[in-house]
Formats: sequence, C-alpha cells, structure tokens
Amino acid sequence: MSSSMLFNVTMVLYMVSTCIFFAFLASRSKAVGLGGTYAALFGFLVQTAAIGLRWKESYDQGHGHAPLSNLFESVVFFSWTIVLIFLFIDFKYKYRAIGFFVIPFALFGMAWAQLGLDSGIEPLVPALQSNWLMYHVITCFLGYAAFAVACGISIMYLIREKMEQGGGNAQAGGLLSMFPSIRVLDDLNYKAIMIGFPLLSLGIITGAAWANYAWGTYWSWDPKETWSLIVWFVYAAFLHARITRGWVGRRAAILSVIGFAATIFCYLGVNLFLSGLHSYGR
Amino acid sequence: MTTNKRGFAQEVWDFFCSLRLSIFLLIGLALVSIIGTIIPQGQPPREYLATLSETKFRLYSSLGFFDMYHSWWFILLLYLLTLNLICCSIKRLPRVWKVVSEPVLEMDENFEKSLPNVKDLKLKGTKEELKERMASFLSAEFAAPVITEKNGAYHLFAQKSPWCRLGVYVVHLSIIVIFVGALIGSFFGYKGYVSIPEGGAISQVQTQGGKMINLGYEVRCEKFSVTFYDTGAPKEFKSILTVVDNGKPVPGLTSRPIIVNDPLTYKGTTFYQSSYGQSDEGALYHLTVRDRKGGAPVQLTARQGERVALPGGSFLSVMEATMDVRPFLKGFDGPGAQVEFTPAGGNPQPFVILSDKYESFNAQHGGDLLITFNGMDQKFYTGLQVAHDPGVWVVWAGCFLMVVGICMAFFMSHRRVWARVTDTGVTLGGSASKNPAGFEICFDDLVEKVNKA
Repeated sequence: MSSSMLFNVTMVLYMVSTCIFFAFLASRSKAVGLGGTYAALFGFLVQTAAIGLRWKESYDQGHGHAPLSNLFESVVFFSWTIVLIFLFIDFKYKYRAIGFFVIPFALFGMAWAQLGLDSGIEPLVPALQSNWLMYHVITCFLGYAAFAVACGISIMYLIREKMEQGGGNAQAGGLLSMFPSIRVLDDLNYKAIMIGFPLLSLGIITGAAWANYAWGTYWSWDPKETWSLIVWFVYAAFLHARITRGWVGRRAAILSVIGFAATIFCYLGVNLFLSGLHSYGR
Repeated sequence: MTTNKRGFAQEVWDFFCSLRLSIFLLIGLALVSIIGTIIPQGQPPREYLATLSETKFRLYSSLGFFDMYHSWWFILLLYLLTLNLICCSIKRLPRVWKVVSEPVLEMDENFEKSLPNVKDLKLKGTKEELKERMASFLSAEFAAPVITEKNGAYHLFAQKSPWCRLGVYVVHLSIIVIFVGALIGSFFGYKGYVSIPEGGAISQVQTQGGKMINLGYEVRCEKFSVTFYDTGAPKEFKSILTVVDNGKPVPGLTSRPIIVNDPLTYKGTTFYQSSYGQSDEGALYHLTVRDRKGGAPVQLTARQGERVALPGGSFLSVMEATMDVRPFLKGFDGPGAQVEFTPAGGNPQPFVILSDKYESFNAQHGGDLLITFNGMDQKFYTGLQVAHDPGVWVVWAGCFLMVVGICMAFFMSHRRVWARVTDTGVTLGGSASKNPAGFEICFDDLVEKVNKA
C-alpha cells in the first residue's frame, strides 16, 4: 500500500460525495444528504491516513519531513483542510446542501494533484529546514480553507437570491428547497470568515516571524507577502462591512467570492506568474 | 460663521470616523498593492527600460511604482487608515467602555422589551426567598450577581466576559503598535550585507542605503561549506563564524556554526547565512616536484596563474584544476591540473598533470622534472545578511496583541442575565454581544434548570 493509492481512493470518495450531494439536492431526502457527509468523512479519514503514510515514506527515504514542502503536498493539504472545515461546519449547523458547493473544491484539488503534479518526495532545501514551516503552512491553509467554504456558501447565496428574485421556476425551486435560507447563508458566510480571518492573521504573523528568523526581515513586500496582505485587507473590509448598513447580504457575498479569488491568486497565481521567495510552485 | 466652522469641523471628524472610509481604504489598499506585485520593485533603471518604453518608464518612475510600498501616496494611505481607526476608536470606545464599566443593573419594562431573551418564571415563595434563591442559582450556574432594590422589586444582574467587547479596540491598538515598531526599525535599524572570505574578518557593514556602519567588533569566517543531496539539490550552507570583541574571541560565539534558519546574534545585530561563492583569492594548488636524476621531492604551493620557480631554472603556472578529473579524462580519476611549463630558456608547454597514482602519465612531460598534482584548497567566501532592528520586539508585541484581540473579538461573547424579583414572581432576561443563537440555547438551559431547582 502506498500513499499514492490512498490519494486516489480519496479522490474517488470526494467525487462520490459530490455526486451524492447532487442527488440530495434533487431528491430532497435527508438520508441521502447524510450519505454525502459520510462519504466526505470517509474520504477525509483515508486522506488523513495517506498524508500520514507519505510522511512515513519520506522517513523511509532517509530525509523525513512533514508533507508540506512542495506544490503537490500543499494542494493535497489544502484539499484536506477544506474538508476539515466543511465537516466542522456541517456537524455544527447540519446544512447538507453546502457540501455540493464545497466538496468540489477539495475534489478539484485532489484531481489536479494526482493527475497534473509531480508527486515525488524531495528532501528539504535549506530555506525550509525549520519548525516554522509547519506552523506557517498549517495556519495559512486552514485559513484558506475557511475562505473556500465561505466562497461556496456565498455562491449559494448569490444563486438563491437570483432565483428568488426571478420568481423561481418549479424545478429550480425544487433544488433550492434544500438550500438554507438567505439569512442563514449570510450568517454562515460570516461564520466561516470568522474562522478564516484569525487563522490567516496567524499565518501572516508566523510567516513574518519565520522570515525574521531566517532572513532578518519580517516584511519585505515580496509578492507572496503582499498578496497575503491584500487578502487580509479584503476580509478586513468584509468584517467592517458587516456593521455598516447596506453592506450585508449580496455585497458581502460578492466580497467573500472576491476574497477567495484573491486567496487563490495568493496561493497559486503568485507562484505561477510572479517571482519571489515562495518558489515551491515551480 | 461659528456654526459654519463647527459644521465643517464636525464634517471632517465624521468623515474620519466613518466606517465607509475604512472599507474604502482597505479595498483601495488591496487594489493598489497589486501594482507592486506585478512591477518588479527596486531594480536598476536599465532592467525596466529593457521591457518598458521611455515614456512609460518616466511615468511609472514619477508615480513611484518602482518602489511603490515606500512611495508618498502609499504611505499616505497607511497613515489615513491609521487616522481612521484611531478616530473610529475614539468615537466608539467611550460608549463601549460605559457598557463594560457601568452595566445596566435593573431590567425595567422598557429595557425588557429590547432584550432578545425574556422569560417569566413560575416560582413560588416570598420576594426575599426568591431573591436568595436566584442569587445562589446564578452564582452557581452563570456568574455572581449584583443585587439592587428599586420600586419594591429586587434586581439581579450577572455577566460573563464583559471585557471581550474591547477586543476590536485591542486589534486596532495592535495595528498602531505594529506601525510604531516598523517606524522604530526604519529610523534606528539597518539592513546590510557582507561577504567574508574564509579566514578573513570584517568590522564594517554596508547598509542597503549605502552607509558604512562600524560594528565595533570583528566577525571572522573560519570556514564555509556546502553539502548536497544525491539529487544535486543543496542540503546545507554552513559558515563557522567567530565574533572578536576587544581583540578577544567572545565566549559562546567562537567557531559558532550558522546555517540558513539558524543565525548568530551579537549586541542586537544578527548575521544570517544568505549566499556564498568562490573567494577572489582563488584556490591554492599543491604540487610535488622531483628531479628524475634523484634527490628529495620538493613541495610547492601555487595560486592560479602564478609563475612558480622550479629547481633547475624552469617555471610552472597552474591554469585551472579540479579535484575530480572523471568528467574530463576518460579512465582517470582523482585531482588533475592544466599547467603551463616553461623550461629554462625554452617556450611554454601546456599539459595536464595528475596525482601520484599516475606517475607514468605525469612522466610524459616536464623534462628533467617529474611533476605531480596533489590537490587544492578551494577558498569560499560566505555572504551574510546583516540586520539590526530595535523595533522588531515592538512588532512582535503588536502581533501578540492582535492575536489576543482577535480571539476576544471573534470567539468570546459578553453575556448578560437579569432577574427581576417581585411579589408576583421572577422575570429572567438575557442578551449576548455575539452568537445570539448560541446564547438562546444557554438561556433556555438556565430557565429549565431554575424551574427544576
């Protein structure tokens, strides 16, 4: 058994989970919705085992390190954190329909990692040989994942709002009936960002602490740092918008989608299009 | 006139207090920050002119796009944001402080209507008994109440974590603290770079601004080494440094290894492993020369290109060398050197010499002399990033405050419960600053418990 096989199983399970969530929207059966959550949970457990196994495999190769060091490992970890945050919100609030808008992010991540990325285990280059790597990566990605969940919820919000305004035809009304109400979606969006914002802040702070420890500068306006600050600004604007009249609901949902787009650019775009200190994207 | 002036001042004040300005500034900062991530920052003009037209270059340059994050307008935006959050805090803090420090102790009919959770309890007993009962109940299940008497009714008030309402202001303060730390660093600190050859020492650092800083002590590089993984990726860059102060090596900082992610700090200045290269002095080559007619072998050392006199009036210079000839000469290994041999009165002859393992190979050249190559000492220099930043602890204090403030503001809720005890019974009311749904459960739980008790 290798971690790669388990990652494939994970991918299939997330695909199954996505399909079940779709069936849930169509059938409106609570049992089906629960099935989607269980498929996601099972996938999550398999993925956890796979990440653990990959960690062990790196030790077997003689240069053991946490599997958080290259693009493949980070995409896999990102997908893991998305499901973790989803499961947390799912168990707490039990709005199953959200799964159909969130699990695909995790599925897409796993599919990209497994099909398009180099999965080789590389030894750590000197710059990454630090405990800060773990603190920094874990906080950042948990934050990103919460924003992914918030984005999925915001997309639901925008769809539901549009349908309600258009009167909603019968079939759409059927699918919509499993969506939480607009008020609940708005609130869940806010709650997900309440999880993500502190984690992103911690991620930026641990990154600054590490940079200071390794290079002597806690902030050097490197594109990655700047983009993380851009993301922070967007969500800070979101949080302030909450207490301003006229900025809840639709505008908040749009801001949340923009925030996640900025997050994705910060995570991938910076590595693929710009140059800087975080060169794992190559 | 006066009212007009007051009106204007009021308008300015309201402008700086407004949340709309905060949102505008935050989104504005996010948008303009993108520019500096697309245009490379702080490069020499010719780099820009390679990709930009002259006109664009001049336009961007005058807009400060090449050092955007230090341009006047970006700094101005940051100052505006700071001003905005100070004004917002000044305007709102007193009100919040009042809620925290002077809580409403009595729940009257009007106030009751404003509360999201209210419940009339069917309890039996006299007013005094019920007061005692509620007081001990709240102490046990929620928090110790403050009891007042007004208009013939007892009022009990209990609250949990009222100070979490200040979380937002702690976060605002933390941002100001971080800015102050950054300012201290930019005024009283410096960043620089030094390269020290192995065996060499420095006592001055050139800063990024071009100033020379006297350290007041010496940093000596004893040795530099680099190791690689089998894959060819670098594994470790290591410098062995010694700090020499007043002519004496500093205990604990003598032959101290530093690697990436493990710097050396002395008197508030930190030295970080950052780069390396081959030292300008070049390598030191070791050769053995023996007369074929007999006699003791002579050990020689030479630098690259240096003409070394050999016994018998000939000369030798080493042009280049390697510690492993395998990639260059098939069937041979070990060290090898490309040399130029000039016999006494003759013309220069270029040839290759190897180690003493290949005596017959070496015997092909050199006239009366048998020359062998023993190897070389490659000299590196180590490149160190030097940073002196007295503001960094202020920045960390700010970061710590921010984390504390965010936790207070996001994860804690100011919960309040009132009880009004009259002859007809008890009315319980409650509210929370956050998560009303969560508080409702907690409130219903309290009601259930007190009914059972």
